[in-house]
Amino acid sequence: MRRRIALLPLLAACLSTLLTGTLGGAQREAAAAETRAWPEIVEAAKGQTVYWNAWGGDERINAYIAWVGERVWDDYGIMVRHVKLADTADAVSRVLAERAAGKTEGGSVDLIWINGENFATMKDNGLLYGPFTEALPNFALVDFADKPTTLVDFTVPTDGLEAPWGMAKLNFIYDSARVAETPGSIPALLDWAKANPGRFTYPTPPDFLGTTFLKQVLIELAPDPAFLQQPVADDAQVEQVARPLWEYLDALHPHLWRGGKTFPASGPAQRQLLDDGEVDFALSFYPSEASSAIANGLLPETARTFVLDEGTIGNTHFVAIPFNASAAAGALVVANFLMGPEAQAQKQNPEVWGDDTVLAMAKLAPADRKRFEDLPIGVATLAPEALGPTLLEPHPSWMTRIEAEWQRRYAR
Amino acid sequence: MTRRDLLAYLPGLTLLLFLAPVAAGLIGTWLPAFGYFPALEGHGFSLLPWQMLLAHPGLPESLRLTLLSGFLATLTSFLLTIVFLAACHGGRIILAIRGLMAPLLAVPHAAMALGLAFLIAPSGWLVRLVSPWATGWDLPPDVASLPDPNGLALTLGLVMKELPFLLLMTLSALEHSRADERLAIARSLGYGPVMAWMKTVLPAVYRQIRLPIYAVLAYSLSVVDMAMILAPLSPPPLAVQVFRWFNDPDLTMRFVAAAGAVLQLLVVVAAIALWRLGEILAARLGRAWIAGGRRGGKGRALRVLVKAAIQTLVVLAAAGLLAMALWSVTRRWRYPDALPSSLSLDIWSRLGNDIVWTTGTTLISGLAAAFIALALVLGCLENEQRRGLTISTRALWLLYAPLLVPQVAFLFGSQVLSIQIGIDATWIALVWSHLLFVLPYVFLSLEDSYRALDERYSRTALCLGASPNRVFWRVKLPMLLRPVLFATAVGFAVSVTQYLPTLFAGGGRFVTLTTEAVSLSAGGDRRVMGVFAFLQAALPLAAFAAALALPKRLARSRALREQRA
Repeated sequence: MRRRIALLPLLAACLSTLLTGTLGGAQREAAAAETRAWPEIVEAAKGQTVYWNAWGGDERINAYIAWVGERVWDDYGIMVRHVKLADTADAVSRVLAERAAGKTEGGSVDLIWINGENFATMKDNGLLYGPFTEALPNFALVDFADKPTTLVDFTVPTDGLEAPWGMAKLNFIYDSARVAETPGSIPALLDWAKANPGRFTYPTPPDFLGTTFLKQVLIELAPDPAFLQQPVADDAQVEQVARPLWEYLDALHPHLWRGGKTFPASGPAQRQLLDDGEVDFALSFYPSEASSAIANGLLPETARTFVLDEGTIGNTHFVAIPFNASAAAGALVVANFLMGPEAQAQKQNPEVWGDDTVLAMAKLAPADRKRFEDLPIGVATLAPEALGPTLLEPHPSWMTRIEAEWQRRYAR
Repeated sequence: MTRRDLLAYLPGLTLLLFLAPVAAGLIGTWLPAFGYFPALEGHGFSLLPWQMLLAHPGLPESLRLTLLSGFLATLTSFLLTIVFLAACHGGRIILAIRGLMAPLLAVPHAAMALGLAFLIAPSGWLVRLVSPWATGWDLPPDVASLPDPNGLALTLGLVMKELPFLLLMTLSALEHSRADERLAIARSLGYGPVMAWMKTVLPAVYRQIRLPIYAVLAYSLSVVDMAMILAPLSPPPLAVQVFRWFNDPDLTMRFVAAAGAVLQLLVVVAAIALWRLGEILAARLGRAWIAGGRRGGKGRALRVLVKAAIQTLVVLAAAGLLAMALWSVTRRWRYPDALPSSLSLDIWSRLGNDIVWTTGTTLISGLAAAFIALALVLGCLENEQRRGLTISTRALWLLYAPLLVPQVAFLFGSQVLSIQIGIDATWIALVWSHLLFVLPYVFLSLEDSYRALDERYSRTALCLGASPNRVFWRVKLPMLLRPVLFATAVGFAVSVTQYLPTLFAGGGRFVTLTTEAVSLSAGGDRRVMGVFAFLQAALPLAAFAAALALPKRLARSRALREQRA
């Protein structure tokens, strides 16, 4: 009995801290612009440890991030720790939980690899540090003219709250030893799937490649894709614009791998299925992923890339800093390093990652431009002119609606 | 305050240390489940989270998967355990299997699941070994073996992990059941070996393994890491779905997640109640069955069958781990090659830095949790002996609490609590969260030996004028060195296994071999998975090997010293 009495006050104490603390944390932080001069930031960053929360599902990308860690340690004395996420939303939700608990400084996330709906959520909730991009010297080198998505993320203005890091464009990988003719459009893909039952699939939404596939279908089949650039107006509009998407998927799913009952967990998981011979296509966001995977022993030498004739979705991915980051200065320096010519060229190398640069070649010094010109192209990479037009991402509200509806229809 | 007084407070402190986070965590989860979460503008109570939860389209399927795999895994593990022990009682095979079960118990769930996943996938090792020469499958068949729509892969994985636990628990219970005498009498009355065991030993043993069975049931119904690797994901089993909701960037989903967490708890409670009901029913029917007097046959077929089943499980587990080890040194291993076509150590060297960090974190948290747990458990047992107490059934239930309450049902609340008191994402929070699960296992593996130590040793020492503390350090501990080290190894292995606690308490800043292995399972590179699965399995096994080897070494060096002297 004595034991139980001892327990009670402690529980009460726990409970009261729980409640009072959560009550105190409800206020929203207003974003404050980064005003320090660059040398001052670099000085402040020295010796900091930056916890970089980044999707960790692809080993080549993880290896690149490890390389970044070594480089900023050498140049700036900053330690980068890669927190490998299964889904970027995990980090967003962590920052949210911290704010909910009233933790407005000393947060556990310093830098997030982010774009799209996660950025929109953080921006809407005032969870981001900055605006900061103007404070970074390398930001001026970004190609705003030809790569407008470096400033507008899924139709949402970045407002200097995230620094562009790389350019992604949806493409398909196949094994030319098994498949001779590849489909050139979304309707043709359906015909192909009917003719080759069980040989196509896509990563399960909310994996970002899976949702990108849904958006690709949506844009290509929607009666008027212009709506997609605006936020969702009402249910009736979603119903009308998305109807062709659901009709398409209803027709497609019976012909998919496992009869469309299960889907691979992620893009890399589907790439593994392609290598195993379980499916014939994999989806990718990086035009040189196939070359890179061949170089890394993850795909056969005969792997190749194809895109759709009418174009595929392209976007920019960024890094952002949470409002309560413990090492904001260090995160700024890392963000700047990531945008620099050295890091960008290394990232574009298909033997490393194969992610396209956000920089404008014309703005670079000749020596830096040469870094890019000297990059190997890779056997399976399409030339830039063969990559086809780039389709714009729909507003994030569309993605949220489509994702939920997909869950409702197919995940039951 | 004297030392003795300190010791007297230790059991209470121990219970507090690991019950308070559970209780506070449950409250911190229940309040949002009913709409109260001020940080997210939830100031009043409402049933909206429950309406949203029940309206979730995937919920029925999630529940079906959860219940099916949970009950099937528990039932299979239980039946295999008792039938095996009944059919093979006294046989040498029991010793052999017992020797194999300890290492199986030590291997973390995630490593086992990754290995199994590669074995049974349509393009997995089993198919590769017989293709295409025997099957004609130049391409892997489009068979839903992983994940399968009914969660059977998850069930199999769970059985591979839970069977060793139940077998070892039952074996230790048998030692207190005077099984041999019971059997001798039954056999002399003409009962067959299996029938004799079932009718005379099982009723005595069952009472002692009831809690372990409930723990297995609770765990199977709420497992997250194994399910993420082996179960269907759209929709996933309930616990995984709840975990996903907690991580949803749409904040209103926190309320749904909290409701889901409460539902998860209710599912476990209901399942245990149902099992209990089954027990009562079985006891009723069983009494008539026992009184019926049927003698039963020799049970040879049963013996062959159950032996084969258990051996298959062991072989599957070993083959899966072997495959992971093989993958870690592979450069290229394509379907349908039975073995890698080229090997290299590239992956190991490329991951060098990562391996050091994650292994370091795993080692530190594991050793810290194991030794703290050991100190607390030894203190409690010593206190119990000095004061002549015996542990009640109710206290045992308390001890099992962290094993019976689904992790996902309280970890969110505990996380909010740890943020409040400012220890989230620190070593303290990490080790503490591991301690919740390490402590019960350390206690369970140590209590028997501690109590079984012949009291006359310490009495003699006391008579010779040694203080109780001196007796503890110089007599009891050295004599109990083997079980103490073994319990420490168990604690370490349990810590290595922890997935959700590491994520919730570690705030994503602490990466252990387990979190790494599970997060890699969603990606494509089996070679990297191989490295982490291999390390994850190797670490606890090494701890057990050390726990076995150390006493021998110490004994030998002491013998040498005495010889010299």
